[in-house]
Amino acid sequence: MAISNFTAGPRKGFHKIVSSYAEALEGFTSGMTVMIGGFGLCGIPEGLIRSVYEMDVNGLTCISNNAGVDGFGLGLWLEKRQIKTMIASYVGENALFEQLFISGEMEVILTPQGTLAEKIRAGGAGIPAFYTPTGYGTIVAEGKETREFNGRMYVLEPALKADFSLIRAYKADTMGNLIYRKTAMNFNPMMAAAGQITVAEVEEIVPAGTLDPEFIHTPGIYVDRVIQGKFEKRVEQRTISPG
Amino acid sequence: MALSRDQIARRIAQELKDGYYVNLGIGIPTLVANHIPHYIEVLFQSENGLLGMGPFPTETELDPDLINAGKQTVTAVQGACYFSSAESFAMIRGGHVDLTVLGAFEVDETGNIASWMIPGKLVKGMGGAMDLVASAENIIVAMAHANKAGESKILKRCTLPLTGVNCVKKVVTDLAALELINGRFHLLERAPGVSVEEIVRLTEAELVVEGQIPEMAL
Repeated sequence: MAISNFTAGPRKGFHKIVSSYAEALEGFTSGMTVMIGGFGLCGIPEGLIRSVYEMDVNGLTCISNNAGVDGFGLGLWLEKRQIKTMIASYVGENALFEQLFISGEMEVILTPQGTLAEKIRAGGAGIPAFYTPTGYGTIVAEGKETREFNGRMYVLEPALKADFSLIRAYKADTMGNLIYRKTAMNFNPMMAAAGQITVAEVEEIVPAGTLDPEFIHTPGIYVDRVIQGKFEKRVEQRTISPG
Repeated sequence: MALSRDQIARRIAQELKDGYYVNLGIGIPTLVANHIPHYIEVLFQSENGLLGMGPFPTETELDPDLINAGKQTVTAVQGACYFSSAESFAMIRGGHVDLTVLGAFEVDETGNIASWMIPGKLVKGMGGAMDLVASAENIIVAMAHANKAGESKILKRCTLPLTGVNCVKKVVTDLAALELINGRFHLLERAPGVSVEEIVRLTEAELVVEGQIPEMAL
């Protein structure tokens, strides 16, 4: 998988904040590999997704746990046929995705969720590949090396990296340190590290020194650009207890 | 009489032990959370990054940033914590979850399970299911014993694409509680009012029936 040699351009010391989506996505082009944070619609970088949707780009290789829903999240890129290859663990919430997958119009590489999480973590951590028991004996293991350790069989899985990681966090400080909120964390921390250029879309930006250093979820070293966004926070399944 | 989904969940809840960390798959397994005996405490792990999943929220409690693996809004119990997906699956793959309950289309006597794909009809993806079955020591499968046409789902060999191999031990169906021991399913209990003969007839795999088979106590 080709990783572009594009660099983030001149930096302003450790000041990561950008003020426009155009600035946030500078250098984003067709054919790139892009990671998008989120689990379902929870923790997705809504504004960055919409901005890419409005750009004239296509042929993207997308790495994300899910595929959005029709009309929202990654469903938008799909409607505009911007995605060539999708690497995900579950695309069932999006009827159009399932249809394009079954028809063969789009390549979908279904990857077990834990394996996907670890491939991304490894990609950001300099680990080229790892062994996991997941998927041994299933179609996931087809064509892959396997090896026995202590009497159990494991599958060799290569790491994943991206040209751009588009992630969503709760708060960022101006140096790019991030904290997440509840289950909106999910894939975002690993993707932060695995992207050549990582753009974090956040609810709130605070001055450096405001966030407690003991409780930073993602160190700013992984983050190149931070933009403040407004979020609809759509709920996929509104399950209520009468109380 | 065949068990309802809720009754299958109630029977599975009897396997919970005090202090257990438990992962519940989507479908019938989620109902297990409604039947926790009052004298024990368990904590539910949700693969999307939550330990200590609570019941559905009220309207005022609803938080779009707080969902479970099935994308439903939930709450978090006192003492809950959040973590990344890599951390969540390290927890799962590292064998730290005490009990995993998941649904299946088919199981077979070699311990294989098929639960995620019906070629040409259902190809939504496997989500976390493969990781859960690959690493869990203690798995209970909740499933229908046979389909509407009377075709057994407890097989000599699975016909559908597999989720995992050599991993199933305990199965609770709408008709019976089974355990896989040394490559053969043993009939442990019958659903109330269901005969051994009916269960044997609807089981394609070899079924070991020893002595009087008690009814489930529900």
